[in-house]
This record gives sequence, C-alpha cells and structure tokens, in this order.
Amino acid sequence: MEVLFLADFSVIKPEPGLIIWTTIIFAIFWYMMSKFAFGPIQQALRKREEDIQGALDEAKKAREEMANLQAQNETLMAEAQEERAKIIKDAKHAKETILKEAKEKAKEEAQRIVTNAKQEIENQKLAAMTELKNQIGTIALDIAGKVIDRELKGDKEQEKFVNEQVGKAKFN
Amino acid sequence: MRKILLSLAVLWSMSLGVFAQDHHDHQEHATESHEHAQEAGEHADEHAQHTCGCDEAHEAEYDAGATAFHHISDANAFHLFGELYLPLPCILYAPDHGLSVFLSSKFHIGHHGTGEKAVDGYVLNHGEVMRVSTPDFPKEEVEIDCILAHKGDDGHDHYEVVYQGNCFPLDKKTTFDGGLMGGGVTSYYDLSITKNVFTMMLVFVLLFWLFRAVAKGYQKREGMAPKGVQSFMEPVFVFIRDEVAIPFLGPKYEKYLPYLMSIFFFILGLNLIGQIPFFPGSGNVTGNLAVTMTLALFTFVVTTLNGKKDYWMHIFWMPGVPAWIKVILTPVEILGMFIKPLTLMLRLFANITAGHIVIIIFVSLIFIFGNAGESIGGSSLGGAMAVPLTLFMMSIELLVAFIQAFVFCILSASYIGAAIEEHHEHH
Repeated sequence: MEVLFLADFSVIKPEPGLIIWTTIIFAIFWYMMSKFAFGPIQQALRKREEDIQGALDEAKKAREEMANLQAQNETLMAEAQEERAKIIKDAKHAKETILKEAKEKAKEEAQRIVTNAKQEIENQKLAAMTELKNQIGTIALDIAGKVIDRELKGDKEQEKFVNEQVGKAKFN
Repeated sequence: MRKILLSLAVLWSMSLGVFAQDHHDHQEHATESHEHAQEAGEHADEHAQHTCGCDEAHEAEYDAGATAFHHISDANAFHLFGELYLPLPCILYAPDHGLSVFLSSKFHIGHHGTGEKAVDGYVLNHGEVMRVSTPDFPKEEVEIDCILAHKGDDGHDHYEVVYQGNCFPLDKKTTFDGGLMGGGVTSYYDLSITKNVFTMMLVFVLLFWLFRAVAKGYQKREGMAPKGVQSFMEPVFVFIRDEVAIPFLGPKYEKYLPYLMSIFFFILGLNLIGQIPFFPGSGNVTGNLAVTMTLALFTFVVTTLNGKKDYWMHIFWMPGVPAWIKVILTPVEILGMFIKPLTLMLRLFANITAGHIVIIIFVSLIFIFGNAGESIGGSSLGGAMAVPLTLFMMSIELLVAFIQAFVFCILSASYIGAAIEEHHEHH
C-alpha cells in the first residue's frame, strides 16, 4: 500500500528553523508591543485611574472642607448669639443699675429738698414766732402803758379796755 | 438571535471549506498517482537498466490519520485554493553544500504541493522540502519524475525521488527530537519562512496594527472614556492585569505585564488564525511543538533570570526542612524547574493539535463512509454526520483557543511570581 500523505506526526518533532523563527518573531513582538502598544496602554490606563482617583479624592476633600466650613459657621453663629445675649444682659444690668442709682439720687435729693424746706419753714416759723412774740411784747407793753396811763377804774373796766386794746392790736 | 445564526452560518461554511479542500486534494492525488504511474512506465522502457520507477505506485486506500498528520504539519508553500500555492522563501542549509535561498515556486509546485523540479538537490514533497543527500544527484534545477513513499521496517515513512528512472533516497529536515520521534539530525537544516513562520509574521502584523490603534486611542483621548476598538480591548487588558498580573506578581507586576500580554495575545492570535480552514488561516502554529517549546522557553528564561535569592534557596536548600529531606527535595525542586515549562509546552501543543486532528477526522467521515469517493450514499451519510460534529468541535476549539492562551499566560505569571516573591524567613 502506498502512503498518500506524510503519515508522519511531524508537529511533535521540533525543527530548528521554526524554533529560530519563533524566537526571533516573538522577541521582536514582545519588544515592539511593550514599547509601542502595551507600555503606553498600561501607562495611559494607570494615569486615567490615578486621575479618577485624584478627582474622587478631591471631591471628598472638598466635601470635608465644606462640612468643616459649615461647622465653623455654626460655631461662629453660636458665639455671636452668646455674645449678643451677654451684651443684652449687660445692658439690662447697666440700665437697672443706672435706674436704681438715679432713683436713689432723686430720693436723696427729694429728701434733701424736703429737709431744707422743713428747715426753712422751721426757721421762718421761728422768725415769725419771734417777731410775733416781739410784737406781742410791744403790743403788751403798749397796752400796759396805756393801761397804766388810764385810770384803772374797776376790774370790769380794765378787762374791757384790755380786750379793746387787744382787739385794736393788729398783728402785722 | 441573528448574530448567533450568522456565526453558525460562518462556522458551517468553514467546515464546508475544509471538506471541499480535502475532497479536492484527495481526488487530485488519486489522478496524480495514476499519471505518475503511466509516466514512470514510459521511463522504465527508456532506461531498462534501472530497477526503480514510478510504476510502483498503486491506488491507495484513504487513511484518515495520515490525512490529519499531513494537514497539521508545516509546509514550505501556502495552499490558497485548487492548485494555487503561495510560494514561500526557502532558506536551506546543508553542511556539505552550503546555503540555498530561493522561493518555493522554483520547485514548480504541482499536484498536491509536490514540486515537479528539483533545486540544488532539494525537492518539494507534499509541501515539504526534502533533500537528496547522495552526491551523484544533479545539484542544479532538474525535472523529476515522481516521488515515491513507502513504510519502512521502523514504522516510519521513507521517500524516494525518481529521476531519469533512478531512485534516490530523500532526507527529511533536521529535527531536534533526538531520534525519539523518528527524526534527528540529517544532511540539511530547513530555516525557511514556512507556512507557520508566515502565519506568525501575519499575526504579529495584525496584532501590532490592532494594539497600535488602541494605544493611539489612549494618546488621542487622554483621560477620556475609551472608544471603539479601544473599549473592546480594554476589558481584556484590565482583566489580565487585575486577575493575572497583580494577584500573582504583587506590587512589581508592571515590569512583567507587557510579557504576559504579549504571550497571551500572541498565542490567542495564533490559535484563532489556526481555526480558519483556508488562507490566511489554517497554519497549525500553536499545535507545533517547536513553537510551544520556544514560547515555554521564553517563560523559563524570564523566570530564571528574575529569580530572587529566596527562589534559589527554595530550590537548592529549602529552609525549615531537616537536612535529610533536603537531600531528596533538592533534586525534585531542580526537576520541577524544568517540568514547569515542559508542561506549558505540552499542554498548549496537545490541546491545539488534538482539536485539529479531531476536526479532520470528523471531516474524513465523508471519505471513510463514502469508501474514498465510490459510494455517494455513504458520502452523504458521512457528510450528514460530519457537519454537526465539526460544527460542535469548532465551537469547542474556539473556546480552547481562549482557554489555552489564558492558561499559558496565568501559569507563566504564577511561575514568574514564585521566582520574584520575597519570602519572610519562616524558621
């Protein structure tokens, strides 16, 4: 029987030519692909991933900053509120103090005025009394003089006369 | 749904392509043998003193196994269709003759890839260059009568070229199997750009062109979302990086990622182009041991050159193990160093070759059932079986193409990862 084809399992026999060519072709393939294709792709992918990560990180940072700012604002607000309350309280306190002082002063003044007025009245009264006493004395002396001058006729007559005199005496 | 139908149709037409080619080839050959037999008879009359002639050729039975072996083997001419062959450059070196460089079209490629002429003592036998080593054969361009083949006592095929009624034994090219597979160092070396080399170059160009476009896309749309072919390849790239490179290689993965990507896409490209049953496909590159051996050797070299102190420590003097165990362990570890690339080589080779052989055997059902073209009914039955079986096998092969490329890549990553890992002392 003639054999039509190469009944030879030739693929299992490593040929030097194919080994050499595979080595050359794959070595060049590896070099070229690393340099012009896989290398740049790898770098571009890494760069893009880093960019995305960077953008995410930045967004996170911005969000955190925002939150920080908000917290700061709230603190500021609270502080301002506190300040305001304190000022108001102080003002109230000051107002009360002033009012109280003013009242006391007014009272003192009034007291003083009243005291002064009383003093004056007392003085005036005293002066008036003194004058009155003086006038009464004068008048009494006058009347007594007149009485002495006139003849004392009886008691009745005298009494009448004195009364008359007293009635005549004008307190000025 | 339409896509599925379309791909089914493509697969079906592919299987038909193989069928048609095979059928055609077979018929061609039957007539060729017949013609040669007649021709040889005439020659025998002219040169009565010669004992050798082409009349030894007989009608041959169809041999599916031999067909399969022929179809998966490398060739010095690329079959296009019919009797049309793409000539490839032959670079041949014989120590006793020197270097011969010429295009294989110089052989006047005729029926079934067999040259009608001898050039520099070389002939083309079924697409494969062979050499006449005897010194009395003319070294210039001469017309040959035919090439005879017969099974030798050693179980291997032997070939003879018939020239002017004389028989000259043919040498096969040198192979580095150490005689284990019937090959060995012969009188010449074939360094030609064969069908497989041509296919590798083609895949190189296609992949470079593809990934250049992808890389340009990244440059053009820097920092932007991927587009077109870029977005098609990016998930694959990111998958290899995140699922293969980073888990196995750790933080120093970037140095080795281009290698892993190269090995993955090179093997994948060759696997896929090998599935196309006609030009520019049909080259069984990753199903050739020389190729898988070379690729495995690349992984071996990368692993060995980058091996850190810890890697060598674990091979030669495993820490934390009693001394008498180390004596046993060290040879095992040294063997392991070489077994790892050996398994890489064999796994890829066996998977791809097996797939191709099974497809060819399925297609061969047509000829087996049809009794080599004699029975139309048998052929039809064979065809009815062959089409769904081939279709099924081709889908499996498509899957295998991806799986084997990925397995080669992930195992390379794991071997390199083991070599570059820096262990913390664990005494």
